[in-house]
Amino acid sequence: MRRVVVTGLGMVTPLGCGVDVTWKRLLAGASGARRVANFDVSDLPAKIACQIPRGDGTEGTFNPDQWMEPKEQRKVDEFIVYAMAAATQALNDADWHPSTYEDQCATGVMIGSGIGGLQGIAETSIVLQERGPRRVSPFFIPGRLINLAGGYVSIEHGLKGPNHAVVTACSTGAHAIGDASRLVALGDADVMVAGGTESPINRLALAGFAACRALSTGFNDTPEKASRPYDRDRDGFVMGEGAGVVVVEELEHALARGARIYGEIVGYGLSGDAYHITAPSEDGDGAFRSMQAALKRAGITPSEVDYINAHGTSTMADGIELGAVERLLGNSAATVSMSSTKSAIGHLLGAAGAVEAIFSLLAIRDQIAPATLNLDNPSVETPIDLVPHTPRERSIDYALSNSFGFGGTNASLVFKRYAN
Amino acid sequence: MSDIAERVKKIVTEHLGVEPEKVTEGASFIDDLGADSLDTVELVMAFEEAFNCEIPDDAAETILTVGDAIKFLEKNAA
Repeated sequence: MRRVVVTGLGMVTPLGCGVDVTWKRLLAGASGARRVANFDVSDLPAKIACQIPRGDGTEGTFNPDQWMEPKEQRKVDEFIVYAMAAATQALNDADWHPSTYEDQCATGVMIGSGIGGLQGIAETSIVLQERGPRRVSPFFIPGRLINLAGGYVSIEHGLKGPNHAVVTACSTGAHAIGDASRLVALGDADVMVAGGTESPINRLALAGFAACRALSTGFNDTPEKASRPYDRDRDGFVMGEGAGVVVVEELEHALARGARIYGEIVGYGLSGDAYHITAPSEDGDGAFRSMQAALKRAGITPSEVDYINAHGTSTMADGIELGAVERLLGNSAATVSMSSTKSAIGHLLGAAGAVEAIFSLLAIRDQIAPATLNLDNPSVETPIDLVPHTPRERSIDYALSNSFGFGGTNASLVFKRYAN
Repeated sequence: MSDIAERVKKIVTEHLGVEPEKVTEGASFIDDLGADSLDTVELVMAFEEAFNCEIPDDAAETILTVGDAIKFLEKNAA
């Protein structure tokens, strides 16, 4: 199979709009969690979220008008606007702007979302109920469909290759990058714009996830303390929003045009739990097999893994993932650093795997493992370095990124520091 | 210019995101103002909303220009 590298990065996160600002703030220990102020949360058990900072586009703020015309924004849910921002950044970063018919056909899009346009569905169902079917907008359906994120990106940038969308809950972003790399490896495309996007911060989603007992509810007055993976006081995840998109490219194609290479995608593993709709099995079997498959594909031993960007959502499942990692690493557990960046940006659901893949690539580039914030008292003893509070400078040649989703769907990606 | 004409032009300008000076009575939504078929459906809904009237589908199909909309609404709006 052909070798596949990453040549462009783009993101919109609760720490800011753009890769540089997000990474800088992440390493500085910033938290994106705040009390929700743009809608009523008085009757919701979880009153906090990690929301994208909005503004005029300066100082890392997100200004949607820079990425999509206002008249188009009106027609779509925000997950599509975030995807447009992240995809445009990634293509600019890769300096890949296909203009010939051949180049356009060789460039595809695989951007997924866990939930899609929940806000628009909620609002339009009220319109239907109160004012009847004649008041339902013709843009209701196309503005909510998950694959329309990729659809809009392909139209904006003229990308005529494979056009696909992943929907695997919180594994979406990782699956999208993994599947896109397979399409490139197999020759279905030379370049893929791949990632995930999510805009779930609204009353309906907060109520729904709270009903699943998945959200943190005990830190409403100290939101920046709420996301605390592996800590004994953790009580659920903090909802995040945003998008992460990478440009995945065949190695020779990238070299021929002198593209900057962030890293090579060498491993991708997938598994299913076949256990429960929202909970992983106690033995972490699904997570273990996903990581194992990714390492096998990468052709490396567990002892070669330097950094793991954990799924680590700040729920009870953190311990299950940790147990699976310990089982995987065996005697080499003490040499790996593993952190959950959800401690800073919250859980971006369908975007999480893509944003965390980008953090893994930046960890390789800068030889630094980002921290797990709020890890004051680990709930279990482990030989693994969980990178509490502050980032760890260290050698990182291989980084593994885990994502696990409702339904029991698991994905693991392995990135390698690029060497010819 | 009638009050209705002014309101119609404002709605068209806002919904299609075009320069106000392009929204003349002779301007075709699709050929001159960059609308697609979904945009025209939404425009008709906006007219119904603003003028508190119902525009049946067969009538909507004949509203192709800004002037068509003004004429229809001058005749039918409440």
